[in-house]
Amino acid sequence: MKNIIKLLGLLFCLSNISVAQATLNVFACEPEWGALVQELGGDKVSVFVATNALQDVHHIEAKPSLVAKLRKADLLVCTGSELEIGWLPVLIRQAGNPNIQSGKVGNFEATHYVRMLDIPTRLDRADGDVHAGGNPHIQTDPRNIAKVSDALAQRLVEIDSANAAFYQDRHEDFMQRWQSAIKRWETQAAPLKGINIVVQHKGFPYLENWLGLNEVAALEPKPGVDPTSTHLAEVLNQLKKQPAKMVIRAAYNSEKPSQWLAENAKIQAVELPYSVGGTPQAKDLFSLFDDTIRRLLEANK
Amino acid sequence: MFKHKPIARHIALMFLLPALVHANDNVEMESLRAELQQIKQNYEARIQALEARLQQTESIANTADKKAEAASAQASKAPISNNALNPDISLILSGTYAHRSQNSDYHITNFQSGGEIGPDTRGFNLGESELGIAASVDDKFYGRLSLALANDNSVSVEEAFVQTTALPAALTLKAGRFFSGIGYLNSHHAHTWDFVDNPLAYQAFLGTQFGDDGVQLTWLAPTDLFLELGAEYGRGRIAETEGRDQNKGGAGAIFAHLGGDVGASNSWRTGLSYLSVSPENRESQDVDAAGNTVTNSFTGNSQIWLADFVWKWAPNGNGNNTSLKLQGEYLHRSESGSLTYNASNSDHYNASQDGWYLQCVYKFLPYWRTGLRYDQLDSGNVNYGSNAANLATNDYNPRRISWMLDYSPSEFSRIRLQLARDESRQEAPDNQLFIQYQMSLGAHGAHQY
Repeated sequence: MKNIIKLLGLLFCLSNISVAQATLNVFACEPEWGALVQELGGDKVSVFVATNALQDVHHIEAKPSLVAKLRKADLLVCTGSELEIGWLPVLIRQAGNPNIQSGKVGNFEATHYVRMLDIPTRLDRADGDVHAGGNPHIQTDPRNIAKVSDALAQRLVEIDSANAAFYQDRHEDFMQRWQSAIKRWETQAAPLKGINIVVQHKGFPYLENWLGLNEVAALEPKPGVDPTSTHLAEVLNQLKKQPAKMVIRAAYNSEKPSQWLAENAKIQAVELPYSVGGTPQAKDLFSLFDDTIRRLLEANK
Repeated sequence: MFKHKPIARHIALMFLLPALVHANDNVEMESLRAELQQIKQNYEARIQALEARLQQTESIANTADKKAEAASAQASKAPISNNALNPDISLILSGTYAHRSQNSDYHITNFQSGGEIGPDTRGFNLGESELGIAASVDDKFYGRLSLALANDNSVSVEEAFVQTTALPAALTLKAGRFFSGIGYLNSHHAHTWDFVDNPLAYQAFLGTQFGDDGVQLTWLAPTDLFLELGAEYGRGRIAETEGRDQNKGGAGAIFAHLGGDVGASNSWRTGLSYLSVSPENRESQDVDAAGNTVTNSFTGNSQIWLADFVWKWAPNGNGNNTSLKLQGEYLHRSESGSLTYNASNSDHYNASQDGWYLQCVYKFLPYWRTGLRYDQLDSGNVNYGSNAANLATNDYNPRRISWMLDYSPSEFSRIRLQLARDESRQEAPDNQLFIQYQMSLGAHGAHQY
């Protein structure tokens, strides 16, 4: 018992040692938000990205290393809409960090600031991995990135008001470059308008909405359920009546189902970076969309 | 719409052309020109007015669009919780079919274990179903209740605790009934286990799993390496005992966990824990020297050490297709006190014993995993005092080997086959087959590491 009391004392002594913080510690759940925070925060922020683009963010281990990083975070930037529900809540509970608790200024969810698509009309797990708040994969439309950037810049100002002007300037600068990039991408992607596509996971409604792509089928029979051979055969059959130009998948998806369909339906299989780091070319937010458009155009030839 | 201007001109000209043909003097021509000019001006004025109205309409439509978008973004800002303000409710449904070569008079040879231990009884069993209710209490507390619904129609409180969320310096205080943070597996609910049953060492020393009524304080170090220190003080409800009715606690524990990553593909955690507990009337099944099934009761002090490690691998941290989990724990228990043999003779008893397990679970296909576990206990030194005449001790070391195969069509359902040879009882090695289902419905649970 004495040992325990001694340990408690030690805990309290240690907890009084404050750690000097020169920069704002940001814990980003996904690489796209890490990249965005970096654009807005420059050298005033230190960004840790919890996942990489080759991981399925629906299923992440609540690893000890993530708890350790979250403990030090001043700001948590995640997608929300239950994308991280399988791992983030347990990290937050273990991290003992009041700043980033849900509802606090240090807890930022990107899906709160964009218009959500695919909001289910009924909630039943028999329909697969449904998200009550709508499809969470908002990062595939650059106009969403712009909206999130507006809100995120405000949030940075709120948390670190000493550097308010710095964040606002960087946000303005970023938005200028971003808006002209969106115009460029839209011009480049004009030939894609109206083409029929097949998706592996229902993760592209925002991209489709932006570029006017027409999704005719999904390889996953239900969202989050791996493609089965019967369902693939059905899709193949469907494509005979309603041909599609290409089948697209995110970098983290297994390539087998879309390759199978591509070979059998004689269409192109396209791997899209989906987030920063998903392909060697997608190094930041700009090259993420450069590469996405380039890959789509190539498959459309 | 913008094309109307030239069209209007053409229409005007077409009407006027016949008049132009018949015109034969300048006066007429002049008046016609003036008329034409007049008509042209009229049309132009009207077209300009139309254009202005069009522009106005377009800008109104534009603002309406923006307003609609803002409103819908506003709408999606509404906090999304599984049940609005109600707590998250989750239900685990579980059931087992057991086929075993031995009866259910379970005990562990040479171990005074205590608690309800042992494999499921033969035939169909409703496994432990679990009802969980959890939510933030306010901005400072989080609360959780787990009720275990057992196959004998009893309901027991597995966990019921509140926990702080706003303490400074990464301190978290928990109070109520909760699974102790000692070891690796101890704080894991049964539905997250990789095998149907808990390791033998947990059954022998912790009565399957140690949950107590008390308080727990944990502190997380501000380092990149995960370092968590924790201390617990509680009633001491180990192995189905009631805990001590006294003003001080009956159990204290401290633990340290250390963890990190190796590249993107590997993560690990290791820990060292110590539990001191004073059980009163801890009952254990045993077989005496004459071969009769008896119940012994222990009152005294136990000191338990646990060393644990777990290592997880998935290519690039993406475990959708394949992953590997290696896990092992070593437990040591020293205890001394008095042991009552079959409610008759009571005398001093002390023991120093060890146990460990090592298990590996491999996901070889999406949805499919297989695992192998080896359990070993070391009977160590046991001194039964005058009860030595009643309770035979020898150097038999119980052990068990288990293999499992499970299929999880989604993260909410799992069906498992487990085969085991259980040599817990020296006189009755048990060949076991289990088929188990575990389903989760309601709020989406987040699984701890």
